[in-house]
Amino acid sequence: MANLTNEEVFQDKVDQEIRIEPKDWMPEAYRQTLIRQISQHAHSEIIGMLPEGNWITRAPSLKRKAILLAKVQDEAGHGLYLYSAAETLGITRDQMYEQLHSGQAKYSSIFNYPTLTWADVGAIGWLVDGAAIMNQVPLCRNSYGPYARAMVRVCKEESFHQRQGFEILLTLSRGTEAQRNMAQDAINRWWWPSIMMFGPGDEASPHTAQSMRWKIKRFTNDELRQKFVDICAEQVKILGFTLPDEELKWNDASGHYDFGAIDWTEFNNVIRGNGPCNKQRLDARRKAWNDGAWVREAAMAHTEKRKNRMAAAEAAA
Amino acid sequence: MMQTDNNTQHTNPIHRPLVQYILHLADTALILGHRNSEWCGHGPVLEQDIAISNIALDMVGQARMLYQYAAEIVNTTNVGTAATEDTLAYLRDATAFKNLLLAEQQNGDWAVTILRQFFCSTWQYYVYTQLAECKDARLTEIAAKALKEVTYHIKWSAEWVIRLGDGTEESHQRLVQALELLWPFTGEMFIPVAYEKEGIAEGWAAHIQSLQQPWLQKITEIFQEACITVPERQWQQTGGKTGIHTELLGFLLAEMQFLQRAYPDSEW
Amino acid sequence: MNTRDIEQSWPLWEVFIRSKQGLDHKHVGSLHAADAHMAIENARDVYTRRMEGVSIWVVESQHIHASNPDDAGSLYDPANDKVYRHPTFYNLPDELTHM
Repeated sequence: MANLTNEEVFQDKVDQEIRIEPKDWMPEAYRQTLIRQISQHAHSEIIGMLPEGNWITRAPSLKRKAILLAKVQDEAGHGLYLYSAAETLGITRDQMYEQLHSGQAKYSSIFNYPTLTWADVGAIGWLVDGAAIMNQVPLCRNSYGPYARAMVRVCKEESFHQRQGFEILLTLSRGTEAQRNMAQDAINRWWWPSIMMFGPGDEASPHTAQSMRWKIKRFTNDELRQKFVDICAEQVKILGFTLPDEELKWNDASGHYDFGAIDWTEFNNVIRGNGPCNKQRLDARRKAWNDGAWVREAAMAHTEKRKNRMAAAEAAA
Repeated sequence: MMQTDNNTQHTNPIHRPLVQYILHLADTALILGHRNSEWCGHGPVLEQDIAISNIALDMVGQARMLYQYAAEIVNTTNVGTAATEDTLAYLRDATAFKNLLLAEQQNGDWAVTILRQFFCSTWQYYVYTQLAECKDARLTEIAAKALKEVTYHIKWSAEWVIRLGDGTEESHQRLVQALELLWPFTGEMFIPVAYEKEGIAEGWAAHIQSLQQPWLQKITEIFQEACITVPERQWQQTGGKTGIHTELLGFLLAEMQFLQRAYPDSEW
Repeated sequence: MNTRDIEQSWPLWEVFIRSKQGLDHKHVGSLHAADAHMAIENARDVYTRRMEGVSIWVVESQHIHASNPDDAGSLYDPANDKVYRHPTFYNLPDELTHM
C-alpha cells in the first residue's frame, strides 16, 4: 500500500465495500456531500411529521389514532437517528436546525403539500412512504458507517408505515361512495408529487455519478422512479382506483410501465418555496424551536445548579 | 337500593354505576392522551417530542382497554346497536364525558403540560394501585398493566417539574403560573360522585378520599425540590365526573369526533 | 449568536443497549440530553420504542476516548495473523455437532 494517496486508499475501501467510519480520512467533498444529504434527509423526517400530524387529533377511530401517533413519532425518531449520524461528521444539530430555520437547507418538497382529508394520510403512507422506502433501502448499504446503520434502523421501522397507509386506502375503497371519492382524490393529488420525490431525471442530476462512485447513492433517480411506478401501477389495481396519468401503460418491449411527462416546473417552484405549505411548515418548526428555548435553557440551568451543589457538598466533606 | 333519576337508567346499561366509572377512567385517559398528542411535531426538543408522544400513546392505549371493557358490559344487556370502543369515544356528547376537568385543560406552554401530567399521573398511580386489588377481575388486570406505564409517567413529569421549578427564573415563573391555572381543578379528583360511592361500597372503585393524603404528599415532596409552594386548599372546580365540563371539551370533541359524525356508520 | 443559544444546547450522549439478558451492551446511536437521568429516559423513549432493550448505558460523547484509525495497523494487525483465535481455523469432521 506504499505510495498510495489518502484519496486512493479511501476510494479503494469504498470499492471493496469497507465502510468509512467517522475518524477515517475522507475527502472534504465527501464529508460535505454527506452532511448535506443526511441533514436534508433528517429535516425531511421532521418536517414530514407536520402534514400527517394534522390528522392525529382527527383520526377516525382509536386504533387509527394510536397507529398514526406511533407513526409520526417514528418519524421524529428517524430524524433523530439521522441528525446523530450527521453529527459524527462535525456539524451540530443546532447548526443544522439553523440552516433549516433560515431557509438555507432543503428538505423533501413533498411535505409542502397540504393534507386535506383523512384519505391523504392513507395516500402519504402508500405513496410517499413507498417512494421513501424505495430510496432508503439501498442507503442501508451506503459507504458511510453511521449513516448506513441509521438507515438500517429507519428501514426496519418504516415497514409498517407503508402498510398502514395502504390499509387505510383499502378500507376506504370498500366503504361508501363518499369514502371512495375521498381516496381517489387523495391519490390524484399525491401521485405526481410522489414520483417527483426521486429527484430530477438522470440527465439533470450532475452529482449522481460522483455519489454513485462514493456509494452514497446506489441507483439513479430514474431507475428508482421506474421501479416505483411499476410497483404502484400494479398495487392500485388491488385498491380499485386509478393513477392520474393517461399515458400510464404496460410496455412489453421494455418490461416496464410507460408514464407521462413530469411537470418539473411545478417541482422547481415548490423547491423554491412556492408550494402551498412551504411557509406554514417552516413557521411551525421555527415556532416549536423558539417556544422551546426557555425549556431547553431551564434544563441546562438546572443541571448546572445540581453540579455546583454536588461540588460544594464534596468540597465541604 | 340504587337511586335513579328516570326510567331509562334501568333499561340502558350504559348508566350502570360500574360502566359510568369505567368511562370516567377511560375518558380521563383519552382526553389527556389527546391533549398530549397535540404536541407531536411541536415539542421543545426532538427527544421530548418523542417522550410526550409516548405518554400520549400509553394514555390512548389505556383508554382503549377501558372502553372495550365498558362496551362488553353494555353489550351483554343492550338490545340496540352494539357498543364499541369507538362508539363510546366518538359518539357520545360532551355532557356524557366523565373525564376530570384537569385532563381537558389546554396544553398552554411546556410548564402547563408537565404539571397537568404530573397531577394526573400521580392521581392515576394511586387509583390504579387500589384498583389492581379491587373486586372486579377485569379492572384489576387493566390497572396492573396501566400501573407500569403510569409509574414512568410520574417519574418523567416529576423530573421536569423539578427542572422547571429549579431551573431559570423564567421557567420558575412559568411553573408558578401553571400551578395557579391548574390547581383549582385538582380537588375534583378526591370528591366521589354517585357512581364512585356505589363502587367504593361494592369494592370495585378506588377509595379516592383516602388517596388525597398520599397524593398531596407526593406533590409536596416534588414541589420542595422544585422550590415551589403547595397552594392552600381554595375553591375547587367540580363537574367533570358528572358531565359538566369547561367550554374547552366541546371544541376538543368537535375536532376529535368530526369524521365519525360527518360520515355516520362508516368503516375507517 | 447570543448567550441564550449557547446555554440551551444540550450535550450529546452515546447510547448503549443490552438487547437481552446475556448479551453485551451495544452502541446504538446518540441523542441530546441535559443530564444523565434525562439521557437514559430519552434513550428509552427513542431507542427502545419496540422493546429492543433490557438495560441502557449512556455516556457523554465528550468523555469517549477513541483510538486513532491511523494506528489501526499497530493495534489490530497483530491479531490478524493469529487465525487460531477464530473457530473456523479448525478443520473438524462434519458429523461433530454442538461445538
